[in-house]
Amino acid sequence: MLSSVPAIAGFVRPDIDWHAVAPELTLLGVGAVVTLVDIVLLERGRAYTSALTGIGLLVALIPIVTLAADGNTREMFGGAFVVDDFALILKAMFIVVAYVVVLLSTNYIAEGDYWENEYYGLLLSAVLGMVLMASARDLITMFVALELLSIPAYLLAAWRKGDPKSNEAGLKYYLMGVFASAIMLYGMSLLFGLAGDTRLAAISDAVSGGDSNPVVILGIIFVIVGFAFKVSGFPFHTWAPDTYEGAPTPVTAFLAVASKAAGFVALMQLVHAGFPGRDDVYQPLLWILAVGSMTAGNLIALRQENIVRLMAYSGVSQAGFMLAPLAVAGDIGGEALSAVITYVLIYAAMNLGVFAVIIAVARRTASGEISSYAGLFKYAPGMTILMSVFMFSLAGIPPLGGWFAKFAVFRAVVEADTGWGYSLAAIAAVNSVIALFYYARVARMMWFENAPEGADTTSLRVPPSLVAALGLTGAATLLFGIYPAVITHFTDGTLIALP
Amino acid sequence: MLLNEMLLLGAVLFCIGVYGVLARRNGVLVLMSIELILNAVNINLIAFGAFHHTVIGQIFALFVITVAAAEVGIGLAIVLLLYRNRRSIDLEQVDLMKG
Repeated sequence: MLSSVPAIAGFVRPDIDWHAVAPELTLLGVGAVVTLVDIVLLERGRAYTSALTGIGLLVALIPIVTLAADGNTREMFGGAFVVDDFALILKAMFIVVAYVVVLLSTNYIAEGDYWENEYYGLLLSAVLGMVLMASARDLITMFVALELLSIPAYLLAAWRKGDPKSNEAGLKYYLMGVFASAIMLYGMSLLFGLAGDTRLAAISDAVSGGDSNPVVILGIIFVIVGFAFKVSGFPFHTWAPDTYEGAPTPVTAFLAVASKAAGFVALMQLVHAGFPGRDDVYQPLLWILAVGSMTAGNLIALRQENIVRLMAYSGVSQAGFMLAPLAVAGDIGGEALSAVITYVLIYAAMNLGVFAVIIAVARRTASGEISSYAGLFKYAPGMTILMSVFMFSLAGIPPLGGWFAKFAVFRAVVEADTGWGYSLAAIAAVNSVIALFYYARVARMMWFENAPEGADTTSLRVPPSLVAALGLTGAATLLFGIYPAVITHFTDGTLIALP
Repeated sequence: MLLNEMLLLGAVLFCIGVYGVLARRNGVLVLMSIELILNAVNINLIAFGAFHHTVIGQIFALFVITVAAAEVGIGLAIVLLLYRNRRSIDLEQVDLMKG
């Protein structure tokens, strides 16, 4: 121990590349400004916070664009914080998703009974954690990023303080989340013990090699299980339906898309940079998670009556599809990452779209039951068409975005050319067919059923921010399906440069 | 260097913590069990740090302690919210939503 003391005495501040951390600093600054506006202007500030947050998020995109134009891979703190193509694509996605969530929240939160400024502050804090996660190549940075994105999310899920359902959503999410992160930390402590360093590159060196040291296996399993909770993979999905149903719907959209994507970002980094030499450990584990999530998510989704719970189980099933390429990552290397990122980007567009429709329709029906969508076509034809587009896109029907996402996954698992890969492809194909049933059921309800007696069927008015969100997500879903080169342009090639 | 004994202590604390989370029905006791797991992690980190002659283990442990404080703050707030609305922190009764 003592031998390391002189090294501390001679501490010099590591070089900081301010350009590389500009997106994070911008988000931090916007969060501070939103909080200040709340403190200084009090009630008068309520009118500005939503717009301020949205503008701030768009400003944070500027340094990402300049970093992408610059094109260099930037490393800081001995490789603990890396800005490469992988990080930039995902940072941009997180910020755009957060912008759409702000659009979804504007009226929902303003018309609720609770003070709204903290809402946007917490949202920005969670986004900061996600953006940081995309660059984290070190266990400590990953852990801090994970907590920075989770802790505000626990509060957001329990946002409606007086509503027992929202309390329950927050409590379940919190307990399962903290438990999972504690288990993940125990795994991280074992990996740190093996490597004597927290950087993924050092861990990769320490855990590689064929010996079946139980500490290596335990460490890898615990860390992956910790993140499997975040992506709501079976059997760690039990929090998702209750939290999604009880939380405010814009928060649900945020959890279902951004929080899930952040879990995949961490998994991709771990699998690709952390333990690439141990595919004998992580591949079977991820195979089980992928198959379990696809199948269990689909089968339980078939008998859901609430649209938000349906989306929760559909999200579990979609998580299985996103895990599938990672389960063969040892055989196909970087192409697994391309497939997962493609899927995550398309999934973000179509899933946010579904939640935008759910929020818009709930303004009229104040209900989450699938039966309340009966006769929607009569009074909200535009909404019906959009919802059908998103639903069939989730099911993977061409030419909507979802088909290309599924195609990328199938291509990746078949390319592995192993029994694991082909069995995954077969199970995924069966599940794609099962999924069509419950997505089509919602569509049938909207198009062919009649609205219940006495229901208000004057045409539905939708506030402009929701229209903007619907336009953005709908256009993205169609564009990604008809012209997938928009996505492959960014996702093909070497995304994470290994040292 | 008593690395094995330290790791054993960590593993025992971890197991007690996991048992507590799964078996206890009182919200506050579950929070305390989670703290036990996090302290098992800290013991591991510091023992491994000393074993490798590096301060990184201690730095990681400091991060864990700080974040755990924030987590428990939030957890107690949520449990308090629950108590205000239902006059009970029995987790078995928190079952409005099912399926």
